[in-house]
Amino acid sequence: MDPGLVQNLAVLVLAGFLGFVVISKVPNTLHTPLMSGTNAIHGVVVLAALVVLGLGVEGVFNKVLLVVAIIFGTINVVGGFLVTDRMLAMFKHKPAGGADKEADR
Amino acid sequence: MSWLHDMALINSLYIVAFALFIYGLMQMRGPRTAVAGNWVAAAGMGLAVAATLLIEGMGNWLLIGLGIAIGTVISIPAAYRVKMTAMPQMVALFNGLGGGAIALISWAQFRDTAGYAHEPVHAVIASLFAALVGSISFWGSLVAYAKLQELLPGRPMTLGRAQQPVNLAMIVAAVAAAIVITTGGASGWWMIALLAAAAVVGLIVVLPIGGADMPVVISLLNALTGLSAAAKGIALDNTALIVAGMIVGASGSILTSLMAQAMNRSIPAIIAGGFGGGTTTPSSSG
Repeated sequence: MDPGLVQNLAVLVLAGFLGFVVISKVPNTLHTPLMSGTNAIHGVVVLAALVVLGLGVEGVFNKVLLVVAIIFGTINVVGGFLVTDRMLAMFKHKPAGGADKEADR
Repeated sequence: MSWLHDMALINSLYIVAFALFIYGLMQMRGPRTAVAGNWVAAAGMGLAVAATLLIEGMGNWLLIGLGIAIGTVISIPAAYRVKMTAMPQMVALFNGLGGGAIALISWAQFRDTAGYAHEPVHAVIASLFAALVGSISFWGSLVAYAKLQELLPGRPMTLGRAQQPVNLAMIVAAVAAAIVITTGGASGWWMIALLAAAAVVGLIVVLPIGGADMPVVISLLNALTGLSAAAKGIALDNTALIVAGMIVGASGSILTSLMAQAMNRSIPAIIAGGFGGGTTTPSSSG
């Protein structure tokens, strides 16, 4: 078997356990922002689109598919982090009562 | 400046990037540090993108710039204009786009390499898994979005008795297509069949689920997109994708079960509705 693959599988398994540990104890109120935050992190797929398009593909249709993939991935990343920030801003200002304005938007 | 394009440097930058993802996520466990944590993770993402653009032989800069520019221009107003109450469906939409991106990348690669000819078997399998799960996530998330946005009725929509057989047939079809593609030199229609069968699964599994259960489903689809990204990372030998994708896959699964617990719902009960295991009755147990 390809030694690179074995290494990658090791990283995969360790990252899986890490993911379990990191999220196992969180307050209920943070569930939705965490879902949104992890959602933004898997926007990392944009890297795959960058690599495949950047290292060259033949054909107009393939290029169109990959540009659309980059657009999708970018929306996932940028939108994901911004939306998470807006959700978390509600926690930040809650004691001062500043969350009302944010909630009305 | 050849050292700038050295894979060792790029992989080191990836290590810094996923360390930032993990640290950011850890900070997001507490309300006080969460805002900063989100930006730490975002910085990690920026670094990962920058490192990727350094890879030797990168080209098509115009198209890359165009894609990033259009994505940014669409997402900023979308993220700021959405009402707080509409956040869950926005997350569903963003999640779906991530899954869709993976499906599209895998499809483009399939077309470009004449059906993954000359690719190592593990890369083909990982890519097909990524495409299948990505497509399920894309279409499932679109349904979740449409239901919460009230573009589709929130009540459960099923195929009735056909639900289970159709589900099963589509899963069998997708796996069969994947096997044909793995044997090599398959025609382009097999890949389209795989993506389409996965699309039908995504649609008919989420359509029967009621609006009240949707946040749990979105979290599940989020975890699936993460797994799909990790698989794509294995196929492309990209550590940043493997780590970030798998962390989301694992933490998303835990989060899904925590959310279900908080709502007094069980995940099997929610998903059973999607597979035709009787209608779900949200909140009756809660």
